[in-house]
Amino acid sequence: MKHRTPWLWGAALAVYAFLYLPLAVVVIFSFNDSQLNAQWVGFTTRWYAKLFADGEMLHAAANSLAIALTAASVATVLGTMAGIAMQRWPTGVLRALPGLVLTPVAMPEILLGVSLLLFFREVLDLTLGLVSILVAHITFSIGFVAIIVRARLAGMDESIFEAARDLGASPWQTFRCVTLPLIAPGILAGFLMSFTLSIDDFVITFFVAGVGVTTLPLQIYSMIKVAVSPEVNAVSTLLMALTLTLIFIASRLAPDALKVKP
Amino acid sequence: MTKRGLRGDLTRWLVSLPPTVFLLVFFLAPTLIMVTASFQNPGEFGGLAPLFAEGQARLTLETYRFFFGDWIYAEIFLRSFLVAGATTLICLIFAYPLALTIAASPKRHRDLLVLLVILPFASNFLIRVYAWIILLGPAGLLYTPIAVIAGMVYVHLPFMILPLYTNLEKHDPTLLEAAQDLGAGAWTRFWRVTWPLSLPGIWSGTALVFIPVLGMFAIPELLGGTGDILIGNLIKEQFLESRDWPLGSTLSLLLTLAVLALAALSAWAASPRRQRS
Repeated sequence: MKHRTPWLWGAALAVYAFLYLPLAVVVIFSFNDSQLNAQWVGFTTRWYAKLFADGEMLHAAANSLAIALTAASVATVLGTMAGIAMQRWPTGVLRALPGLVLTPVAMPEILLGVSLLLFFREVLDLTLGLVSILVAHITFSIGFVAIIVRARLAGMDESIFEAARDLGASPWQTFRCVTLPLIAPGILAGFLMSFTLSIDDFVITFFVAGVGVTTLPLQIYSMIKVAVSPEVNAVSTLLMALTLTLIFIASRLAPDALKVKP
Repeated sequence: MTKRGLRGDLTRWLVSLPPTVFLLVFFLAPTLIMVTASFQNPGEFGGLAPLFAEGQARLTLETYRFFFGDWIYAEIFLRSFLVAGATTLICLIFAYPLALTIAASPKRHRDLLVLLVILPFASNFLIRVYAWIILLGPAGLLYTPIAVIAGMVYVHLPFMILPLYTNLEKHDPTLLEAAQDLGAGAWTRFWRVTWPLSLPGIWSGTALVFIPVLGMFAIPELLGGTGDILIGNLIKEQFLESRDWPLGSTLSLLLTLAVLALAALSAWAASPRRQRS
Protein backbone atom coordinates (compact mmCIF):
# COMPACT_ATOMS: atom_id res chain seq x y z
CA MET A 1 0.00 0.00 0.00
CA LYS A 2 1.43 3.34 -0.96
CA HIS A 3 -0.84 6.19 -0.08
CA ARG A 4 1.47 7.74 2.45
CA THR A 5 0.93 11.43 2.54
CA PRO A 6 1.25 13.65 5.62
CA TRP A 7 -2.36 14.80 5.49
CA LEU A 8 -3.50 11.18 5.57
CA TRP A 9 -1.61 10.65 8.81
CA GLY A 10 -3.08 13.86 10.15
CA ALA A 11 -6.60 12.72 9.30
CA ALA A 12 -5.99 9.32 10.90
CA LEU A 13 -4.69 10.98 14.04
CA ALA A 14 -7.77 13.22 14.15
CA VAL A 15 -10.04 10.16 13.95
CA TYR A 16 -8.15 8.48 16.82
CA ALA A 17 -8.65 11.68 18.80
CA PHE A 18 -12.35 11.60 17.94
CA LEU A 19 -12.53 8.03 19.28
CA TYR A 20 -10.73 8.74 22.56
CA LEU A 21 -11.40 12.35 23.61
CA PRO A 22 -15.08 11.92 24.60
CA LEU A 23 -14.22 8.96 26.84
CA ALA A 24 -11.23 10.80 28.29
CA VAL A 25 -13.58 13.64 29.26
CA VAL A 26 -15.84 11.17 31.09
CA VAL A 27 -12.88 9.75 33.04
CA ILE A 28 -11.37 13.16 33.87
CA PHE A 29 -14.65 14.58 35.19
CA SER A 30 -15.14 11.55 37.41
CA PHE A 31 -12.32 13.01 39.54
CA ASN A 32 -13.60 16.57 39.36
CA ASP A 33 -14.64 18.29 42.58
CA SER A 34 -17.78 19.82 41.11
CA GLN A 35 -21.36 18.75 40.60
CA LEU A 36 -21.23 20.00 37.00
CA ASN A 37 -19.39 18.27 34.19
CA ALA A 38 -18.33 21.59 32.76
CA GLN A 39 -15.18 22.97 34.30
CA TRP A 40 -12.23 21.52 36.17
CA VAL A 41 -12.33 22.61 39.81
CA GLY A 42 -10.06 20.24 41.70
CA PHE A 43 -9.23 16.60 42.30
CA THR A 44 -11.54 14.44 44.38
CA THR A 45 -12.53 10.81 44.79
CA ARG A 46 -15.80 11.65 46.47
CA TRP A 47 -17.91 10.50 43.50
CA TYR A 48 -16.43 7.03 43.91
CA ALA A 49 -17.22 7.13 47.62
CA LYS A 50 -20.77 8.19 46.80
CA LEU A 51 -21.00 5.39 44.28
CA PHE A 52 -20.01 2.72 46.80
CA ALA A 53 -22.59 4.07 49.24
CA ASP A 54 -25.37 3.99 46.64
CA GLY A 55 -27.45 0.96 47.58
CA GLU A 56 -29.51 0.90 44.36
CA MET A 57 -26.39 1.06 42.22
CA LEU A 58 -24.67 -1.74 44.16
CA HIS A 59 -27.79 -3.87 43.93
CA ALA A 60 -27.96 -3.31 40.17
CA ALA A 61 -24.27 -4.16 39.87
CA ALA A 62 -24.77 -7.40 41.82
CA ASN A 63 -27.69 -8.33 39.53
CA SER A 64 -25.62 -7.59 36.43
CA LEU A 65 -22.76 -9.71 37.70
CA ALA A 66 -24.98 -12.68 38.58
CA ILE A 67 -26.82 -12.49 35.25
CA ALA A 68 -23.59 -12.15 33.26
CA LEU A 69 -21.94 -15.13 34.98
CA THR A 70 -24.96 -17.40 34.50
CA ALA A 71 -25.82 -16.27 30.97
CA ALA A 72 -22.19 -16.51 29.84
CA SER A 73 -21.83 -20.03 31.27
CA VAL A 74 -24.94 -21.37 29.53
CA ALA A 75 -24.23 -19.48 26.29
CA THR A 76 -20.67 -20.84 26.26
CA VAL A 77 -21.87 -24.44 26.45
CA LEU A 78 -24.60 -23.97 23.82
CA GLY A 79 -22.43 -21.75 21.61
CA THR A 80 -19.54 -24.21 21.68
CA MET A 81 -21.91 -27.00 20.63
CA ALA A 82 -23.27 -24.82 17.84
CA GLY A 83 -19.76 -23.87 16.69
CA ILE A 84 -18.67 -27.51 16.57
CA ALA A 85 -21.86 -28.55 14.77
CA MET A 86 -21.48 -25.78 12.19
CA GLN A 87 -17.88 -26.71 11.46
CA ARG A 88 -18.26 -30.51 11.54
CA TRP A 89 -21.58 -31.19 9.88
CA PRO A 90 -22.30 -28.54 7.26
CA THR A 91 -24.69 -30.91 5.46
CA GLY A 92 -28.30 -32.12 5.62
CA VAL A 93 -30.76 -30.40 7.95
CA LEU A 94 -27.86 -28.79 9.78
CA ARG A 95 -27.10 -26.66 6.74
CA ALA A 96 -29.71 -24.28 8.18
CA LEU A 97 -27.89 -24.03 11.53
CA PRO A 98 -25.53 -21.13 10.68
CA GLY A 99 -28.53 -19.04 9.62
CA LEU A 100 -30.30 -19.76 12.90
CA VAL A 101 -27.18 -19.09 14.97
CA LEU A 102 -25.91 -15.99 13.19
CA THR A 103 -29.14 -14.07 12.42
CA PRO A 104 -29.67 -12.95 16.05
CA VAL A 105 -26.16 -11.47 15.93
CA ALA A 106 -26.90 -9.41 12.81
CA MET A 107 -30.42 -8.18 13.69
CA PRO A 108 -30.97 -4.76 15.28
CA GLU A 109 -31.19 -5.50 19.00
CA ILE A 110 -34.58 -3.88 19.41
CA LEU A 111 -36.19 -6.59 17.25
CA LEU A 112 -34.90 -9.37 19.50
CA GLY A 113 -36.01 -7.35 22.53
CA VAL A 114 -39.62 -6.77 21.47
CA SER A 115 -40.15 -10.25 20.02
CA LEU A 116 -38.93 -11.83 23.27
CA LEU A 117 -41.17 -9.46 25.24
CA LEU A 118 -44.14 -10.63 23.15
CA PHE A 119 -43.17 -14.26 23.57
CA PHE A 120 -42.63 -14.10 27.34
CA ARG A 121 -45.83 -12.19 28.05
CA GLU A 122 -48.26 -13.54 25.46
CA VAL A 123 -47.12 -17.14 25.00
CA LEU A 124 -45.37 -18.19 28.20
CA ASP A 125 -47.25 -15.75 30.47
CA LEU A 126 -44.01 -15.32 32.37
CA THR A 127 -43.52 -12.52 34.91
CA LEU A 128 -40.62 -10.49 33.56
CA GLY A 129 -37.51 -10.49 35.70
CA LEU A 130 -34.26 -12.36 36.19
CA VAL A 131 -35.34 -15.41 34.16
CA SER A 132 -36.47 -13.43 31.11
CA ILE A 133 -33.27 -11.36 31.19
CA LEU A 134 -31.16 -14.53 31.43
CA VAL A 135 -32.89 -16.23 28.51
CA ALA A 136 -32.56 -13.09 26.38
CA HIS A 137 -28.85 -12.73 27.15
CA ILE A 138 -28.18 -16.39 26.36
CA THR A 139 -30.04 -16.03 23.06
CA PHE A 140 -27.91 -13.16 21.76
CA SER A 141 -24.62 -14.57 23.11
CA ILE A 142 -24.76 -18.04 21.54
CA GLY A 143 -23.91 -16.72 18.08
CA PHE A 144 -20.79 -14.86 19.26
CA VAL A 145 -19.41 -17.91 21.08
CA ALA A 146 -20.20 -20.11 18.06
CA ILE A 147 -18.31 -17.76 15.71
CA ILE A 148 -15.19 -17.78 17.91
CA VAL A 149 -15.22 -21.57 18.45
CA ARG A 150 -15.83 -22.27 14.78
CA ALA A 151 -12.95 -19.96 13.79
CA ARG A 152 -10.70 -21.88 16.18
CA LEU A 153 -11.80 -25.27 14.77
CA ALA A 154 -11.53 -24.11 11.16
CA GLY A 155 -7.82 -23.51 11.57
CA MET A 156 -7.18 -27.10 12.62
CA ASP A 157 -5.88 -30.09 10.78
CA GLU A 158 -8.72 -32.62 10.35
CA SER A 159 -6.25 -35.50 10.36
CA ILE A 160 -5.61 -35.28 14.12
CA PHE A 161 -9.26 -36.18 14.76
CA GLU A 162 -9.03 -39.03 12.26
CA ALA A 163 -5.84 -40.23 13.93
CA ALA A 164 -7.59 -40.34 17.31
CA ARG A 165 -10.46 -42.33 15.80
CA ASP A 166 -8.10 -44.73 14.03
CA LEU A 167 -6.35 -45.36 17.34
CA GLY A 168 -9.69 -46.54 18.70
CA ALA A 169 -10.88 -43.47 20.58
CA SER A 170 -14.64 -43.14 20.99
CA PRO A 171 -16.23 -39.84 19.88
CA TRP A 172 -16.39 -38.77 23.52
CA GLN A 173 -12.73 -39.66 24.11
CA THR A 174 -11.72 -37.83 20.94
CA PHE A 175 -13.65 -34.80 22.12
CA ARG A 176 -12.32 -34.83 25.68
CA CYS A 177 -8.67 -35.61 24.93
CA VAL A 178 -8.13 -33.98 21.52
CA THR A 179 -10.79 -31.46 20.51
CA LEU A 180 -11.48 -29.84 23.88
CA PRO A 181 -7.88 -29.01 24.81
CA LEU A 182 -7.34 -27.57 21.33
CA ILE A 183 -10.40 -25.31 21.33
CA ALA A 184 -10.20 -24.42 25.05
CA PRO A 185 -8.72 -20.93 24.45
CA GLY A 186 -11.55 -20.23 21.99
CA ILE A 187 -14.14 -21.40 24.51
CA LEU A 188 -12.66 -19.16 27.18
CA ALA A 189 -12.54 -16.18 24.84
CA GLY A 190 -16.19 -16.92 23.97
CA PHE A 191 -17.08 -16.97 27.66
CA LEU A 192 -15.41 -13.61 28.27
CA MET A 193 -17.05 -12.18 25.16
CA SER A 194 -20.55 -13.23 26.26
CA PHE A 195 -19.84 -12.07 29.81
CA THR A 196 -18.94 -8.62 28.45
CA LEU A 197 -21.95 -8.55 26.11
CA SER A 198 -24.29 -9.50 28.95
CA ILE A 199 -22.95 -7.05 31.52
CA ASP A 200 -23.05 -4.26 28.89
CA ASP A 201 -26.41 -5.00 27.31
CA PHE A 202 -28.95 -2.24 27.53
CA VAL A 203 -31.41 -2.44 24.63
CA ILE A 204 -32.64 -6.02 24.96
CA THR A 205 -32.61 -5.93 28.76
CA PHE A 206 -34.65 -2.74 28.63
CA PHE A 207 -37.55 -4.63 27.01
CA VAL A 208 -37.46 -7.88 28.96
CA ALA A 209 -36.54 -6.65 32.46
CA GLY A 210 -40.03 -5.72 33.65
CA VAL A 211 -40.41 -3.46 36.64
CA GLY A 212 -38.85 -5.40 39.51
CA VAL A 213 -35.30 -6.10 38.40
CA THR A 214 -32.67 -3.57 37.42
CA THR A 215 -29.20 -4.05 35.97
CA LEU A 216 -26.23 -1.70 35.85
CA PRO A 217 -26.92 -0.38 32.32
CA LEU A 218 -30.62 0.13 33.17
CA GLN A 219 -29.60 2.03 36.29
CA ILE A 220 -27.15 4.18 34.31
CA TYR A 221 -29.85 4.85 31.71
CA SER A 222 -32.37 6.04 34.25
CA MET A 223 -29.70 8.29 35.82
CA ILE A 224 -28.54 9.93 32.58
CA LYS A 225 -32.13 10.40 31.41
CA VAL A 226 -32.74 12.65 34.38
CA ALA A 227 -29.51 14.60 34.76
CA VAL A 228 -25.76 14.63 34.25
CA SER A 229 -24.00 13.53 37.43
CA PRO A 230 -20.34 12.85 38.19
CA GLU A 231 -21.48 9.63 39.86
CA VAL A 232 -22.28 8.33 36.37
CA ASN A 233 -18.75 9.31 35.30
CA ALA A 234 -17.37 7.29 38.20
CA VAL A 235 -19.37 4.15 37.43
CA SER A 236 -18.49 4.55 33.73
CA THR A 237 -14.79 4.76 34.54
CA LEU A 238 -14.96 1.61 36.67
CA LEU A 239 -16.89 -0.26 33.96
CA MET A 240 -14.32 0.76 31.35
CA ALA A 241 -11.53 -0.52 33.59
CA LEU A 242 -13.35 -3.83 33.99
CA THR A 243 -13.94 -4.24 30.24
CA LEU A 244 -10.31 -3.37 29.47
CA THR A 245 -9.13 -6.03 31.92
CA LEU A 246 -11.42 -8.64 30.38
CA ILE A 247 -10.28 -7.79 26.85
CA PHE A 248 -6.67 -7.99 27.97
CA ILE A 249 -7.24 -11.47 29.45
CA ALA A 250 -9.17 -12.62 26.37
CA SER A 251 -6.45 -11.39 24.02
CA ARG A 252 -3.84 -13.31 26.05
CA LEU A 253 -5.91 -16.51 25.94
CA ALA A 254 -6.85 -16.53 22.30
CA PRO A 255 -4.79 -13.99 20.36
CA ASP A 256 -6.15 -15.14 17.00
CA ALA A 257 -9.83 -15.39 18.03
CA LEU A 258 -10.08 -11.65 18.60
CA LYS A 259 -7.93 -10.57 15.70
CA VAL A 260 -9.55 -9.16 12.58
CA LYS A 261 -8.80 -11.81 10.01
CA PRO A 262 -7.52 -10.43 6.72
CA MET B 1 -25.93 -49.01 9.51
CA THR B 2 -22.69 -49.89 11.27
CA LYS B 3 -22.30 -49.41 14.97
CA ARG B 4 -19.88 -46.56 14.43
CA GLY B 5 -22.24 -44.85 12.00
CA LEU B 6 -25.06 -45.09 14.51
CA ARG B 7 -22.84 -43.71 17.23
CA GLY B 8 -21.72 -40.89 14.94
CA ASP B 9 -25.34 -40.00 14.28
CA LEU B 10 -26.08 -39.98 17.98
CA THR B 11 -23.11 -37.70 18.66
CA ARG B 12 -24.21 -35.38 15.92
CA TRP B 13 -27.67 -34.96 17.41
CA LEU B 14 -26.43 -34.73 20.99
CA VAL B 15 -24.15 -31.87 20.01
CA SER B 16 -26.39 -29.96 17.63
CA LEU B 17 -29.83 -30.37 19.19
CA PRO B 18 -29.48 -28.31 22.40
CA PRO B 19 -28.40 -25.04 20.73
CA THR B 20 -30.79 -25.64 17.82
CA VAL B 21 -33.80 -26.22 20.08
CA PHE B 22 -32.89 -23.26 22.27
CA LEU B 23 -32.71 -20.90 19.28
CA LEU B 24 -35.84 -22.34 17.66
CA VAL B 25 -37.78 -21.68 20.86
CA PHE B 26 -36.28 -18.34 21.88
CA PHE B 27 -35.41 -16.78 18.54
CA LEU B 28 -37.43 -18.25 15.68
CA ALA B 29 -40.72 -18.77 17.59
CA PRO B 30 -40.76 -15.20 19.00
CA THR B 31 -40.08 -13.83 15.52
CA LEU B 32 -42.97 -15.83 14.07
CA ILE B 33 -45.23 -14.77 16.92
CA MET B 34 -44.42 -11.17 16.07
CA VAL B 35 -45.75 -11.85 12.58
CA THR B 36 -49.08 -13.18 13.89
CA ALA B 37 -49.28 -10.43 16.49
CA SER B 38 -49.18 -7.83 13.74
CA PHE B 39 -52.51 -9.21 12.46
CA GLN B 40 -54.17 -9.35 15.89
CA ASN B 41 -56.29 -6.84 17.76
CA PRO B 42 -54.84 -5.02 20.75
CA GLY B 43 -55.98 -6.31 24.14
CA GLU B 44 -58.23 -4.26 26.33
CA PHE B 45 -55.48 -3.59 28.88
CA GLY B 46 -52.48 -3.71 26.58
CA GLY B 47 -50.99 -6.85 25.09
CA LEU B 48 -52.95 -8.78 22.50
CA ALA B 49 -56.63 -9.70 22.22
CA PRO B 50 -57.16 -13.48 22.11
CA LEU B 51 -56.35 -14.99 18.73
CA PHE B 52 -59.44 -17.22 18.86
CA ALA B 53 -62.81 -16.09 20.13
CA GLU B 54 -66.15 -17.88 19.69
CA GLY B 55 -64.49 -20.54 17.59
CA GLN B 56 -63.18 -18.05 15.08
CA ALA B 57 -59.71 -16.71 14.39
CA ARG B 58 -59.66 -12.98 15.01
CA LEU B 59 -57.24 -11.56 12.50
CA THR B 60 -57.26 -8.05 11.12
CA LEU B 61 -55.34 -5.81 8.76
CA GLU B 62 -56.11 -2.84 11.00
CA THR B 63 -52.49 -2.06 11.94
CA TYR B 64 -51.39 -2.13 8.31
CA ARG B 65 -54.29 0.13 7.33
CA PHE B 66 -53.27 2.41 10.17
CA PHE B 67 -49.63 2.45 9.09
CA PHE B 68 -50.28 3.12 5.42
CA GLY B 69 -53.15 5.52 6.17
CA ASP B 70 -51.07 8.06 8.06
CA TRP B 71 -48.19 10.02 6.59
CA ILE B 72 -46.51 10.38 9.96
CA TYR B 73 -45.29 6.75 9.85
CA ALA B 74 -43.87 7.05 6.34
CA GLU B 75 -42.20 10.25 7.46
CA ILE B 76 -40.55 8.60 10.46
CA PHE B 77 -39.38 5.67 8.32
CA LEU B 78 -37.98 8.10 5.77
CA ARG B 79 -36.26 10.13 8.49
CA SER B 80 -34.72 6.93 9.90
CA PHE B 81 -33.32 6.05 6.48
CA LEU B 82 -31.94 9.58 6.08
CA VAL B 83 -30.27 9.50 9.50
CA ALA B 84 -28.87 6.03 8.76
CA GLY B 85 -27.62 7.25 5.37
CA ALA B 86 -25.98 10.37 6.81
CA THR B 87 -24.39 8.34 9.61
CA THR B 88 -23.04 5.79 7.14
CA LEU B 89 -21.60 8.48 4.88
CA ILE B 90 -19.87 10.33 7.73
CA CYS B 91 -18.56 7.03 9.11
CA LEU B 92 -17.12 6.25 5.67
CA ILE B 93 -15.44 9.67 5.44
CA PHE B 94 -13.93 9.24 8.92
CA ALA B 95 -13.04 5.58 8.47
CA TYR B 96 -11.30 5.70 5.10
CA PRO B 97 -8.17 7.69 5.97
CA LEU B 98 -7.75 5.75 9.21
CA ALA B 99 -8.19 2.33 7.56
CA LEU B 100 -5.83 3.37 4.77
CA THR B 101 -3.21 4.55 7.26
CA ILE B 102 -3.38 1.30 9.27
CA ALA B 103 -3.17 -0.80 6.10
CA ALA B 104 -0.15 1.24 4.92
CA SER B 105 1.76 1.03 8.20
CA PRO B 106 4.42 -1.64 8.87
CA LYS B 107 2.97 -5.08 9.59
CA ARG B 108 4.23 -5.20 13.16
CA HIS B 109 2.25 -2.08 14.12
CA ARG B 110 -1.03 -3.02 12.48
CA ASP B 111 -2.49 -5.22 15.25
CA LEU B 112 -1.86 -2.51 17.81
CA LEU B 113 -3.43 0.17 15.62
CA VAL B 114 -6.52 -2.02 15.11
CA LEU B 115 -6.72 -2.71 18.84
CA LEU B 116 -6.71 1.06 19.42
CA VAL B 117 -9.83 1.26 17.24
CA ILE B 118 -11.61 -1.54 19.12
CA LEU B 119 -10.79 -0.43 22.69
CA PRO B 120 -13.06 2.63 23.03
CA PHE B 121 -15.78 0.62 21.35
CA ALA B 122 -15.56 -1.95 24.14
CA SER B 123 -16.82 0.51 26.71
CA ASN B 124 -20.52 0.45 27.48
CA PHE B 125 -22.79 1.84 24.77
CA LEU B 126 -24.55 4.16 27.23
CA ILE B 127 -21.23 5.55 28.44
CA ARG B 128 -20.31 6.48 24.87
CA VAL B 129 -23.65 8.27 24.46
CA TYR B 130 -23.28 9.92 27.87
CA ALA B 131 -19.90 11.32 26.79
CA TRP B 132 -21.71 13.29 24.11
CA ILE B 133 -24.25 14.64 26.58
CA ILE B 134 -21.31 16.11 28.50
CA LEU B 135 -19.58 17.39 25.36
CA LEU B 136 -22.58 18.88 23.57
CA GLY B 137 -24.48 20.22 26.58
CA PRO B 138 -22.30 23.30 27.16
CA ALA B 139 -22.17 23.95 23.38
CA GLY B 140 -25.95 24.20 23.27
CA LEU B 141 -26.14 21.45 20.66
CA LEU B 142 -27.89 18.87 22.82
CA TYR B 143 -31.38 17.78 21.69
CA THR B 144 -30.72 18.64 18.04
CA PRO B 145 -30.43 16.43 14.93
CA ILE B 146 -26.68 17.21 14.94
CA ALA B 147 -26.36 15.62 18.38
CA VAL B 148 -28.21 12.51 17.16
CA ILE B 149 -25.91 12.11 14.16
CA ALA B 150 -22.79 12.76 16.28
CA GLY B 151 -23.84 10.04 18.73
CA MET B 152 -24.72 7.62 15.94
CA VAL B 153 -21.37 8.15 14.18
CA TYR B 154 -19.42 7.80 17.42
CA VAL B 155 -21.14 4.56 18.42
CA HIS B 156 -20.93 2.90 14.98
CA LEU B 157 -17.61 4.13 13.54
CA PRO B 158 -15.58 0.95 14.32
CA PHE B 159 -18.10 -1.10 12.31
CA MET B 160 -16.98 0.84 9.23
CA ILE B 161 -13.25 1.00 10.03
CA LEU B 162 -12.75 -2.74 10.62
CA PRO B 163 -14.24 -4.23 7.40
CA LEU B 164 -12.64 -1.44 5.39
CA TYR B 165 -9.22 -2.13 6.90
CA THR B 166 -9.65 -5.89 6.40
CA ASN B 167 -10.26 -5.20 2.71
CA LEU B 168 -7.52 -2.58 2.20
CA GLU B 169 -4.93 -4.74 3.90
CA LYS B 170 -5.32 -7.43 1.23
CA HIS B 171 -4.61 -5.11 -1.72
CA ASP B 172 -1.54 -6.00 -3.75
CA PRO B 173 0.93 -3.07 -3.45
CA THR B 174 2.39 -3.85 -6.88
CA LEU B 175 -0.85 -2.62 -8.47
CA LEU B 176 -0.20 0.88 -7.17
CA GLU B 177 3.45 0.69 -8.21
CA ALA B 178 2.37 -0.36 -11.69
CA ALA B 179 -0.08 2.57 -11.81
CA GLN B 180 2.68 4.92 -10.71
CA ASP B 181 5.08 3.56 -13.34
CA LEU B 182 2.41 4.18 -15.91
CA GLY B 183 2.33 7.80 -14.85
CA ALA B 184 -0.78 7.93 -12.65
CA GLY B 185 -0.77 10.67 -10.03
CA ALA B 186 -1.70 10.11 -6.36
CA TRP B 187 -5.36 10.99 -6.93
CA THR B 188 -5.70 8.80 -10.04
CA ARG B 189 -4.03 5.91 -8.21
CA PHE B 190 -6.54 6.23 -5.42
CA TRP B 191 -9.62 6.77 -7.55
CA ARG B 192 -8.84 4.18 -10.25
CA VAL B 193 -7.15 1.45 -8.17
CA THR B 194 -7.70 1.59 -4.40
CA TRP B 195 -11.30 2.86 -4.34
CA PRO B 196 -12.83 0.32 -6.75
CA LEU B 197 -10.97 -2.53 -5.05
CA SER B 198 -12.24 -1.42 -1.65
CA LEU B 199 -15.93 -1.46 -2.63
CA PRO B 200 -16.65 -4.88 -1.03
CA GLY B 201 -15.24 -3.56 2.26
CA ILE B 202 -17.32 -0.41 1.96
CA TRP B 203 -20.46 -2.44 1.36
CA SER B 204 -19.93 -4.70 4.40
CA GLY B 205 -19.22 -1.64 6.53
CA THR B 206 -22.33 0.07 5.19
CA ALA B 207 -24.50 -2.88 6.21
CA LEU B 208 -22.90 -3.00 9.67
CA VAL B 209 -23.57 0.71 10.27
CA PHE B 210 -26.84 1.32 8.42
CA ILE B 211 -28.78 -1.62 9.90
CA PRO B 212 -28.23 -0.98 13.63
CA VAL B 213 -28.80 2.77 13.17
CA LEU B 214 -32.24 2.02 11.68
CA GLY B 215 -33.35 0.27 14.87
CA MET B 216 -31.72 2.60 17.38
CA PHE B 217 -33.96 4.23 19.99
CA ALA B 218 -31.66 5.18 22.86
CA ILE B 219 -29.56 7.75 21.00
CA PRO B 220 -32.51 9.82 19.66
CA GLU B 221 -34.06 9.60 23.10
CA LEU B 222 -30.97 10.76 25.01
CA LEU B 223 -29.43 13.20 22.52
CA GLY B 224 -32.31 14.21 20.24
CA GLY B 225 -35.27 16.52 20.60
CA THR B 226 -38.92 15.60 20.30
CA GLY B 227 -38.78 15.95 16.52
CA ASP B 228 -35.89 13.52 16.13
CA ILE B 229 -37.68 10.24 16.83
CA LEU B 230 -36.90 7.27 14.59
CA ILE B 231 -38.45 3.85 13.88
CA GLY B 232 -36.87 2.45 17.05
CA ASN B 233 -38.55 5.08 19.22
CA LEU B 234 -41.87 4.41 17.53
CA ILE B 235 -41.58 0.68 18.25
CA LYS B 236 -40.52 1.25 21.83
CA GLU B 237 -43.46 3.61 22.34
CA GLN B 238 -45.97 1.01 21.11
CA PHE B 239 -44.61 -1.72 23.36
CA LEU B 240 -43.91 0.21 26.55
CA GLU B 241 -46.00 3.38 26.54
CA SER B 242 -49.14 3.35 24.41
CA ARG B 243 -49.17 -0.45 24.69
CA ASP B 244 -50.48 -1.10 21.18
CA TRP B 245 -48.61 -4.36 20.67
CA PRO B 246 -50.12 -5.24 17.28
CA LEU B 247 -48.99 -1.90 15.84
CA GLY B 248 -45.59 -2.35 17.50
CA SER B 249 -45.32 -5.79 15.90
CA THR B 250 -46.24 -4.41 12.48
CA LEU B 251 -43.59 -1.71 12.79
CA SER B 252 -41.01 -4.29 13.93
CA LEU B 253 -41.95 -6.56 11.05
CA LEU B 254 -41.56 -3.77 8.50
CA LEU B 255 -38.19 -2.91 10.05
CA THR B 256 -37.18 -6.59 9.81
CA LEU B 257 -38.12 -6.66 6.13
CA ALA B 258 -36.14 -3.46 5.50
CA VAL B 259 -33.14 -4.96 7.29
CA LEU B 260 -33.33 -8.24 5.36
CA ALA B 261 -33.60 -6.37 2.05
CA LEU B 262 -30.60 -4.20 2.93
CA ALA B 263 -28.53 -7.19 4.09
CA ALA B 264 -29.30 -9.04 0.84
CA LEU B 265 -28.49 -5.93 -1.19
CA SER B 266 -25.14 -5.36 0.50
CA ALA B 267 -24.21 -9.05 0.28
CA TRP B 268 -24.97 -8.91 -3.43
CA ALA B 269 -23.03 -5.66 -3.88
CA ALA B 270 -20.05 -6.99 -1.92
CA SER B 271 -19.89 -10.37 -3.65
CA PRO B 272 -16.55 -10.86 -5.41
CA ARG B 273 -18.28 -12.38 -8.44
CA ARG B 274 -20.02 -9.11 -9.18
CA GLN B 275 -16.80 -7.15 -8.68
CA ARG B 276 -14.94 -9.12 -11.29
CA SER B 277 -17.53 -8.79 -14.03
